[in-house]
Amino acid sequence: MSPLRLKLVKEDTNYIMLSIKNLQASIEGKQILNGLNLEVKPGEVHAIMGPNGSGKSTLASVLAGREEYGVEGGTVQFLGKDLLDMSPEDRARAGMFLAFQYPVEIPGVSNANFLKTAVNEVRKSRSLAPYDSKEFLKIMKEKMALVEMDKAMTQRSVNEGFSGGEKKRNEIFQMAMLEPTLAILDETDSGLDIDALRIVSNGVNALRDGNRSFIVITHYQRLLDYIVPDFVHVLYKGRIVKSGTKDLALELEEKGYDWIKEEVAVGA
Amino acid sequence: MSTITKYQTASTAFVQEAEVFADLYGKDHPTLSAIRKQAMVAFSNRGIPTMKHEEWKYVNLTSIAQTDYRTASPADSQKLSKSDAEQYRYAGKDAILCVIENGKLNVAASTMTGIPAGIRIGSIDDFSSDAAVMSHLFTHASFEDEAMVALNTMLCYSPIIIKVDAKVKCDTVIQLIFATVPGVDPLLIPARVLVVAGEQSEFTVVESYHTLGAGALTFNNVVSEVVVGKAARVHYSKIQVEGDEAQHINYHKVNMARDSYQHLTTLTLGGAIVRNNLNIRLDDEQVNAYLNGLYVLNQKQVIDNHTLVDHAMPNCYSNELYKGIIGDQAQGVFNGKIWVREDAQKTNAYQSNKNLLLSNLASMNTKPQLEIYADDVKCSHGATTGQLDDEALFYLRARGIGETVARSLLNHAFAADVIEQVENESLRESLMQLLDVKLSALQIEA
Repeated sequence: MSPLRLKLVKEDTNYIMLSIKNLQASIEGKQILNGLNLEVKPGEVHAIMGPNGSGKSTLASVLAGREEYGVEGGTVQFLGKDLLDMSPEDRARAGMFLAFQYPVEIPGVSNANFLKTAVNEVRKSRSLAPYDSKEFLKIMKEKMALVEMDKAMTQRSVNEGFSGGEKKRNEIFQMAMLEPTLAILDETDSGLDIDALRIVSNGVNALRDGNRSFIVITHYQRLLDYIVPDFVHVLYKGRIVKSGTKDLALELEEKGYDWIKEEVAVGA
Repeated sequence: MSTITKYQTASTAFVQEAEVFADLYGKDHPTLSAIRKQAMVAFSNRGIPTMKHEEWKYVNLTSIAQTDYRTASPADSQKLSKSDAEQYRYAGKDAILCVIENGKLNVAASTMTGIPAGIRIGSIDDFSSDAAVMSHLFTHASFEDEAMVALNTMLCYSPIIIKVDAKVKCDTVIQLIFATVPGVDPLLIPARVLVVAGEQSEFTVVESYHTLGAGALTFNNVVSEVVVGKAARVHYSKIQVEGDEAQHINYHKVNMARDSYQHLTTLTLGGAIVRNNLNIRLDDEQVNAYLNGLYVLNQKQVIDNHTLVDHAMPNCYSNELYKGIIGDQAQGVFNGKIWVREDAQKTNAYQSNKNLLLSNLASMNTKPQLEIYADDVKCSHGATTGQLDDEALFYLRARGIGETVARSLLNHAFAADVIEQVENESLRESLMQLLDVKLSALQIEA
């Protein structure tokens, strides 16, 4: 069942779902992204790696529409629309999903009520009738199995008192419920033990269907053993300075980032 | 000298009216006549507090002092019917509805069938031969200290009385619907409630305040006295949903005997100026008192919650949770005093006041006030005033939830835990609905 699936993705495998051109962004007056380019086609998994402070999380924040980030230049087209012109909720409704690095605790709002509101708001934006409680529960049950989540967690307040692993599982659960066209995982592996990493990765892999695309932001190659990327990009000083296949991640694991920094220095 | 600036002289109409009523009631209730006269003296001597009075710093009573009110009279005709009252039924089909229209019980509009055995509800006339009840009437809320209690005491002509016999446990909620029907002239309504809970009794009382129709200013001046007997359990809610112009000042005095329990929730959504004075006296050992409050304000509403939890004896527990959401140019005040007297060793007393401000012009003044004279106690208090959590708001929006709905969800979540503690399920659901209606009004204006 695919209740929210947008049929916007063309069969054409050369269709560019997300096109980022020369993106420049800053926070609190400090320029973080310095002309970033990236293209994502349907079904692709792009890993974005890079040293601390290279702009990885800024990229995720700008794509999701965090207002505290300023966009100084460049364009982002998502499914043919100007993404930067859209509110965070409209981006989500258009099929973008951000798995937060630090999921927010919301006391007093139950996970189930939150998700029902979210799913029905997204359905409304696509002129679909809202789910009633019974339909919603059925779908929720299916998706909970994906991330081995038990029912009690859906009754608790959103992320409140959840362990680090539970929070990240909850992100993937939400992703499964919202069925995005493009999912951005912002350091989803941080703070996860090996079991949680396996559960989260299995959830993500189950959602890979040849059309849905992923941008996986991570510090560590380890995650990419589980979620195997089509491309690996190295972000450094706010730009993608090197791209390759999954082998690039292995090379980074082995050699660190210094050689890339040197390459950039030589090139400049 | 300071008394001159701390009090202002009320319109003489207040006192002239009182003389008329004192005469009237002197004939019917000689025991009360003397008390009324004392109250009248107390009120005339003092007058109405000004903002220079420490306890009235944030609420301006000048308009109340200067308005030439007509006091609601026992001779006034009553207009409301059962169908008017039904719209305010908050606690299920079998709840008992007593309609108090402009201060006087309206029997025709009330639904008082099915009152369980051991419970009596009536006016002063129904209890005049019950010495135990009459001994409580007009005696717990002090008019010597409080001008507004004095005003009520001298003017009120139709106290509503609930008496629950020992060991009576009642699931049927008793709802007192205070319906204000504004008239051509500004109207002062001196409403009064006495609840006497027998030993080991348990029941739920709701006071709800409404305005029906439009007209001149109205001023509800309410005094409630609740006497909680040994090991009795009283669940009490005060629901204030009056009209935009309504003025409301009420005193709520609770006296708690040994092993008793009371849970009081005050929900304020309506009214122009609302001042709640709660005074809970834990008068013997092993008493548990909960007092919760929730206020959601917009436009230029002013709400002032003054609470006093008076721990007089050892081994008692009190817990106070007040929350507010304040939008537009509304103003909130919370003054929470906990008084632990010398004898009240092993007291546990907790207090929390949390507020959300939704606009730059909204304001909140909060003041916890702990006065502790015993040395072996656990007391804590905390107060916060802030804005909606931007991170939470973004998180919801990032899941496709529009900003308006997201704000509403967060506001609801902030406020709901006060209502969730209300024990009666249908009452709890009604309060949630009232809350959501008010929150959506806030959204539209924001």
